[in-house]
Amino acid sequence: MKNIFTKGFFSKLILIIAIWAVVALLMVSGVMSRSMQSLMIKICYYTILTLSLDLIVGYLGDLSLGHAAFYLVGAYAGCAVAVYTNLPLLVKFVLALIVGGAAAALVGFLISKAIIKLRGDYLAIVTLAFGEFIRSFVKIIPGLGGTKGLMGIPSFDSRLEGFTLAYIVLILVILVIYNFTHSRHGRTITAIRDNAIASESVGINIKNNKVLVFTIASFMAGMAGVIFGFYKTTLNPSDFTYNLSIEVLVMVVLGGMGSIKGSIIASVIIVALPEVLRGAEDFRMLIYAVALIAMMMLNASPRFTAIKRSFGEKMNGLRAKFKLGGKAK
Amino acid sequence: MKKAVRFFAVALAALMLLTTLAGCGEDYSDKIVLGGIGPVTGTASTYGTSVRNAMQIAIDEINANGGVNGVKLAMIFQDDEADGTKAKSAYETLMDKGMDILIGAVTSGASVALNDLTAKDGILQITPSASQIEAAQNPNSFRVCFTDPLQGIAMAEYAYQTLGYKKVAIIHNHDDDYSTGMYQAFVERYKELGGTISEDVSFSKDASDFSAQMTKIAASDAEFLYMPIYAEKAAQIVITANEKGVNLPLVGGDGLDGILEYLTGDNAKLVEGLIFLTPFVSTDEAANVKAFTETYTKKYGKAPDQFAADAYDAVYLAKLALEKAGVTSPDAINNAALIAAMTEIELDGLTGKMTFDANGEPQKGAKVAKIENGVYVAQ
Amino acid sequence: MQMLISTIIDGLNLGSVYALVALGYSMVYGIAKMLNFAHGDVIMVGIYTIFVGLNMLSLPAPVTILMCVAVCALLGFTVEKLAYKPLRNSTPLSVLITAIGVSYLLQNVALLIFKSDRKFLQSFISLGKLTIGEFEMPIISLVIWGTTLVIMIALDIFIKKTSMGRAMLAVSEDKGAAQLMGVNVNRTISITFIIGSALAGIAAILYAAKYQNVDPYTGSVFGIKAFAAAVFGGIGSIPGAMIGGLSLGLIEALTIGFLPDSLAAASDGVAYALLILMLILKPSGLLGKKRVEKV
Repeated sequence: MKNIFTKGFFSKLILIIAIWAVVALLMVSGVMSRSMQSLMIKICYYTILTLSLDLIVGYLGDLSLGHAAFYLVGAYAGCAVAVYTNLPLLVKFVLALIVGGAAAALVGFLISKAIIKLRGDYLAIVTLAFGEFIRSFVKIIPGLGGTKGLMGIPSFDSRLEGFTLAYIVLILVILVIYNFTHSRHGRTITAIRDNAIASESVGINIKNNKVLVFTIASFMAGMAGVIFGFYKTTLNPSDFTYNLSIEVLVMVVLGGMGSIKGSIIASVIIVALPEVLRGAEDFRMLIYAVALIAMMMLNASPRFTAIKRSFGEKMNGLRAKFKLGGKAK
Repeated sequence: MKKAVRFFAVALAALMLLTTLAGCGEDYSDKIVLGGIGPVTGTASTYGTSVRNAMQIAIDEINANGGVNGVKLAMIFQDDEADGTKAKSAYETLMDKGMDILIGAVTSGASVALNDLTAKDGILQITPSASQIEAAQNPNSFRVCFTDPLQGIAMAEYAYQTLGYKKVAIIHNHDDDYSTGMYQAFVERYKELGGTISEDVSFSKDASDFSAQMTKIAASDAEFLYMPIYAEKAAQIVITANEKGVNLPLVGGDGLDGILEYLTGDNAKLVEGLIFLTPFVSTDEAANVKAFTETYTKKYGKAPDQFAADAYDAVYLAKLALEKAGVTSPDAINNAALIAAMTEIELDGLTGKMTFDANGEPQKGAKVAKIENGVYVAQ
Repeated sequence: MQMLISTIIDGLNLGSVYALVALGYSMVYGIAKMLNFAHGDVIMVGIYTIFVGLNMLSLPAPVTILMCVAVCALLGFTVEKLAYKPLRNSTPLSVLITAIGVSYLLQNVALLIFKSDRKFLQSFISLGKLTIGEFEMPIISLVIWGTTLVIMIALDIFIKKTSMGRAMLAVSEDKGAAQLMGVNVNRTISITFIIGSALAGIAAILYAAKYQNVDPYTGSVFGIKAFAAAVFGGIGSIPGAMIGGLSLGLIEALTIGFLPDSLAAASDGVAYALLILMLILKPSGLLGKKRVEKV
């Protein structure tokens, strides 16, 4: 955890608080409309979800099409605790986060352990199957509401409270992911992504590292599920379809895969866009589809890569010129 | 560090932009705003579209006749794609735009997800068509349609007592709360009456093949087939039933309304004689139904379904409640008075004469429709 | 007992449709080594083509059928050319994501054009049913059986006996080496896609004849299951697709027929659970070949 305490730590902390303060002020003063206020909470849990999937897809390089499953397990486990206990709201929420995260992590641990031999296409199909399996399995677990859904989940007392709690979880998740990816483990998993066989030959234990990444990512997805449950107050198996996994995958891909900043920006844009452009729903999925294909083709095109590189160099040159910082070399 | 500062600055700027963008729009300050929430895109879009269309007709009519105590009504309709989370966003948007009464949501899941919010705001919520029990349990929420269990019970009684069938085969959709709700209540009541459940099968939302279910039903000694499901699936099922030689009389709930639109050509004969419970049949001879059907067909190019009728009644219920509560200005709306007024009004609507009990449930009679010679006929 | 046999027949009939669709997935995977997620959606487009031909343009059935195969083959060719070809040297991850993108694209274009409500086709192949003793079998199911078998054998002969087929085998073994031996890799993969999509067209015709309905998600819902069947049998293996499809159909019919009511809500999950188990126990599927990864 030593990375937290680098020189920029305190100014970063101030920034984090400043963002919260500005949003809180906008909320309390009523400048921010109600729909925007609830959008803030949505952005938080979607960003957590995207960041956690990015760990698997972007950093580890495995395609998971069943991320909604971990989200589902966390949401149901955590919210069931909230429904069936009688505690103050804040305690309930924290307890739900822990239970939801732990349950999702356990499932993530078990499933990754079981499918450790699979790679690429097979991993994709097995995660997809797992997501669909969990979704139909949850319908027959007593006490979780079946197809009608789990109802009576406590909601946040106010949108400000909801945002604050979700924001705190989001910041914690960002911190953990930042430190994880900048640690030895992080370098190890990117090595596995870039060349599994070569990294194995230098003594990296691929299996353990993969299981570790899946477990961490599932824990985070589980926590996102709990925030979702408290936000929506009901949970239905149909909230966790294959489409959701794809939607999150779109965010990861648009964010540039393996980039924390990119994941955050992509989540904010994709979650906010339909709210701002209400009425264009029919075109939204179409735009996602085109965006997915376009991103992949651009990444594959050598000309685009060259343009990107030269643009980056120019920007860095400019930055150095105007002493704006950045990575001038 | 500076990069981070710039990043957050950009994010903040975007945020402010979003905030202001959402603020603009039409001015509704001198009107009473009825908000509508329902799916107008996605798989359930026909329901939301019907509700939106009918609400518009009702509001236009009321405004043409001088409004409510001289105040005009306005409608803002938001899409929720039949999804609870999206319904929540839609609701917040409507509240931002100054909604006074909520007509919605159209589907049960979305409606239930809204309950917590509408209760906190204390706003009057009338759902035209959310039939799940939990959808109208708060003191501020009312519904126009029957609940799922009520439909199941009514159909069990009709089939056993009026039609005289003693043995039933049932097929229901276990992924759908509407279907499960009707199914459970039907089974319970039918057994209570002394009937026998000969065969009981189900299918999932994604099912495309129903032959295994029909094989079981074909082997049973049932006298009729009860289908508490939506028309879309029922149309698929009757095709397989025909292939499998299942020729039982068909009975179902209001979800079967519209089945004739799906079945073209020879297939339309497969549902001849089908009986279903419905509060509304567009071919009904009653004057108000006839007038509504005419206006609707002229404006939207197709006959109204039961969702449209429920929504039309919901708007008129809102009008009666507003009048009862003595609202004369959009600024002087007392939610508590409106809600109290709901239990005191009586509406002779498209879906029958109705009053409301304190639980927000409608008290009205059920109608039964039958398909005869390719048209719906009220019984 | 009669119940059991009838249910097994139902399952095999359903399985033959899965097998037919799975064949398309498996063939393309076997040669181009990519999961063509959009295969199911090509079928959906094919069924809509039939819908347009029969219900809207009132064309005769044979014309509609030809149109369906042509549209599917053309679509497969276009998709390959525009979306997959530029990615020939990219990572499998990029190719997979693109394929998902194509699948979504087709679905949503269909959604915009035809809206979400299910369309029912006029029945265009009515063949009645065959009765053997106590058991009945719709003739269309026999046709599907026959078609699936014929396609399977034809594909096998095509790949083993013709020069194009041998080129495909060479490409599937090693693209680089095949290129050196004078095989036009790009053309071979394009042809693989055209054949795969024409198979999708045939599947669309038989699906339309059997079920007579379509919505924008028909392809993906049915496709994902058929895809699971292909993986179950060992993707890339043609007989594997057949066995996978039949097993999936049987499992589904038997769960519907004999699973207790309280568990019925989870019946969709049974097939997926078996798929996961299979892949855990035998990572390359029932008849799949083990691939050794090279540096």
